[in-house]
Amino acid sequence: MKENLPALVARAAELCRDWRLPSVRAWKQRTGGLAIGYLPVYVPREVFHAQGALAVGLTGAGDDLEIIKGDAFYQSYICHLPRSTIELGLNGSLDCLDGIVFPATCDVIRNLSGVWRMQFPQKMSRYLDVPQNFEREMGGAFYRHELEDIAREVHERGGKQLEAETLRASIRAYNENRRLVRALFALRRNEPWKLPTAELYVVLRAGLVLPVEEHTQLLRDYRDLALLDAERRPMDQARVVLTGSFCEQPPLGLIKTLERAGCYIVDDDFVPVLRWLKGDVSEQGDPLANLVAAFLEDAIDSPVRYCGDGTKGQDLVRRVEESKAEGVLFCAPSFCDPALLDQPMAQAALDGRGIPWTSFKYAENTGQFQVIREQAGTFADSIKLWSEA
Amino acid sequence: MSVTTRKPPAEKSAKDDSQLRQKEMIARHYSRLARAPETGEKNVYTFVPGNLTELLRSFDLLPVLPEINALQSGMRGKSGDYIALAEKLGHSEDVCTYVKCDIGMLKSGNVGPTGERLPKPDLLLLSYTGCFTFMKWFELLKQEYDCPVVMLHVPYQADGRITESMRTYVSTQIRKKLIPALEQVSGRKYDEDRLKECLQRSAQAEEDLVWVLQSAKNRPSPIDAWFGAVYYVGPIFSAFRGTEEAVEYYRALRAEIAERVAQKLGPVTPDGLLTEEKYRLVVEGPPNWTSFREFWRMFAEEGAVVVASTYTKVGGTYDFGFRHDADRPIETMAEYCMGCYTNLDLQTRVGILERYVKEYAADGLLVNSVKSCNSFSAGQLAMLREVESRTGRPAGFIESDLVDPRYFSAANIKNRLESFLQMIAQKRGGPA
Repeated sequence: MKENLPALVARAAELCRDWRLPSVRAWKQRTGGLAIGYLPVYVPREVFHAQGALAVGLTGAGDDLEIIKGDAFYQSYICHLPRSTIELGLNGSLDCLDGIVFPATCDVIRNLSGVWRMQFPQKMSRYLDVPQNFEREMGGAFYRHELEDIAREVHERGGKQLEAETLRASIRAYNENRRLVRALFALRRNEPWKLPTAELYVVLRAGLVLPVEEHTQLLRDYRDLALLDAERRPMDQARVVLTGSFCEQPPLGLIKTLERAGCYIVDDDFVPVLRWLKGDVSEQGDPLANLVAAFLEDAIDSPVRYCGDGTKGQDLVRRVEESKAEGVLFCAPSFCDPALLDQPMAQAALDGRGIPWTSFKYAENTGQFQVIREQAGTFADSIKLWSEA
Repeated sequence: MSVTTRKPPAEKSAKDDSQLRQKEMIARHYSRLARAPETGEKNVYTFVPGNLTELLRSFDLLPVLPEINALQSGMRGKSGDYIALAEKLGHSEDVCTYVKCDIGMLKSGNVGPTGERLPKPDLLLLSYTGCFTFMKWFELLKQEYDCPVVMLHVPYQADGRITESMRTYVSTQIRKKLIPALEQVSGRKYDEDRLKECLQRSAQAEEDLVWVLQSAKNRPSPIDAWFGAVYYVGPIFSAFRGTEEAVEYYRALRAEIAERVAQKLGPVTPDGLLTEEKYRLVVEGPPNWTSFREFWRMFAEEGAVVVASTYTKVGGTYDFGFRHDADRPIETMAEYCMGCYTNLDLQTRVGILERYVKEYAADGLLVNSVKSCNSFSAGQLAMLREVESRTGRPAGFIESDLVDPRYFSAANIKNRLESFLQMIAQKRGGPA
């Protein structure tokens, strides 16, 4: 018998909440495969999948764990994610991981790769430099070499040799997952009352720890159950796009707070690894070349991805327009360089189109939401009361 | 407080000849930039780490370094207002103050630190080396200026080495993206022979610079390798690498320091000659620029001399053998970019600090952690413990910022510095 909607959401929420990674431990016991952790924002999970390894997305410890040792590694003006990652490493929660990949997201995550190596020299610790030159001949060649090198290292640690046919099958599995994610985003854009973001978020985030096949099934079940729920009816809420939360994740309470304050979040950038590649990766021909091409030519606009043509912020405007949003919430972690340096450009683009916005910051362990609730509530009220629509 | 300096005759800060000379060079460069709209000279905005000055000069293009503008503004007391303006315009209080200082300066008319207006860029060369913020910085500038921008992505040395793939990636970008853009902007064809001449001059200057920095192995050290050395690296980090002026400057500097070594003189500090070297320190991180002299005095008053620093390697790490190699012009530039200090992984940085502490016979390591620079700062506490454990010598930690005067707490820094020096003294005397 299919589980009901509350049970499914509760299961997903538990997968997100439990930083001791019980589901990963269970998977390892069951399969004997390697588990490779990765930090935000993007790694090509298909490669690990094809090597029989489970890619495990790490997003810190949320608001559930008191950080003691991790704080001894970072100054007060550095974001929270690296502290909780170190804390989890030191308290043994990440022992089930056979390695961690640190993508080139920002200087903090880059340097976290070095701190990790110093602390855990016996584990695989790999920095994934992603190209900011998006031409196949240059950035593409470099990126391909990076992927081949990581695959070689995973193989040396006990993963399967990377083979074209298995990689193609992995791409198929992730394409299916991406299609469902896109469909859920489209559903939420159209009928946000049917897919509250606080729910969708945990269902998506469960994909960071589940094997892709299981996660795809979870997404399918969630969609079916949510659409069946006749109790869910539209309310007079302001439609907003939320942006800035692509790396360190906010506590779930913050997302609930925003919705309760009168916002329908109709688009967001939480857990972007699931949607980093906008469309399907080609399943024909050289699969590694296809992954590289997708990264170069079909990735989402993001503060961590170079935009050299002066059009910063235009993608956010497009998202607002496509989702028929009435405003934007800039919701970034404190001290997040990519998000906060990007913000003035994005805000200027919104101002140019007369799109209202408000901004606030959080940390993954923020525990008080009253101020944010008032701010978001006022913002939503002002949209509903004063907008031209 | 113990006074270990010999006061200069005048009230103003003491400077040695090389300091005055480099000051003139920098001022001349700013004047030349200010006159560029009339003279028709073209300029390229780029960054200190991974700067390709020889290549720009070979096209007769003038480099403009926004970090240098920011630090000069900081030293001249202008950065606070620029930062406040940028924050008023929506830039977060959490982010790099070099960026905000630059944006504030731009919005205030782009008047450079010497009081002359800087020209608009003819090209933005985003040498993306060792600092994520650089990318955002030039995205911001691109919104302000209608000029082309070239991204030169320089991979990080995560494993402490340069692979063939990394070298090829950077070299190909230089050949296929950067050089055509420079040809377009300058109206000149790429002249490899001219570039090679520049690179030969670079290697000469680098040789003399290394000799100067390594002179700190002497007792007493004739230089302060952090406060004093920021003047020494000024020409090679900013606009002069590859020029005859730089070759002459470093030759003269070497002679000046050789003379100090022969006379067993200590460094010249803002209050004059340091007469007694009590502590030899290695420093990790950039200095604070807004209270630079006050900061230096805190060290000088205690007889603390910095004998090696990592900040003086952000524009190029030369003391482990790298020299620009004119026989491999493109590849050598690629390797230079990848070898800049903040592009090195933490293990390598720890190794460098360990070597410095040991080879320069330092009493300890001091980290100046700056709020603005995650590239430097994130991970410094782990590095500090590792260096301490490898060398058995104490490490201290102070915090400030690059150019935000709000983050320079003199009393706090002085307290921490004095405690650190007391700890060294106690260690020398055995257990208390």
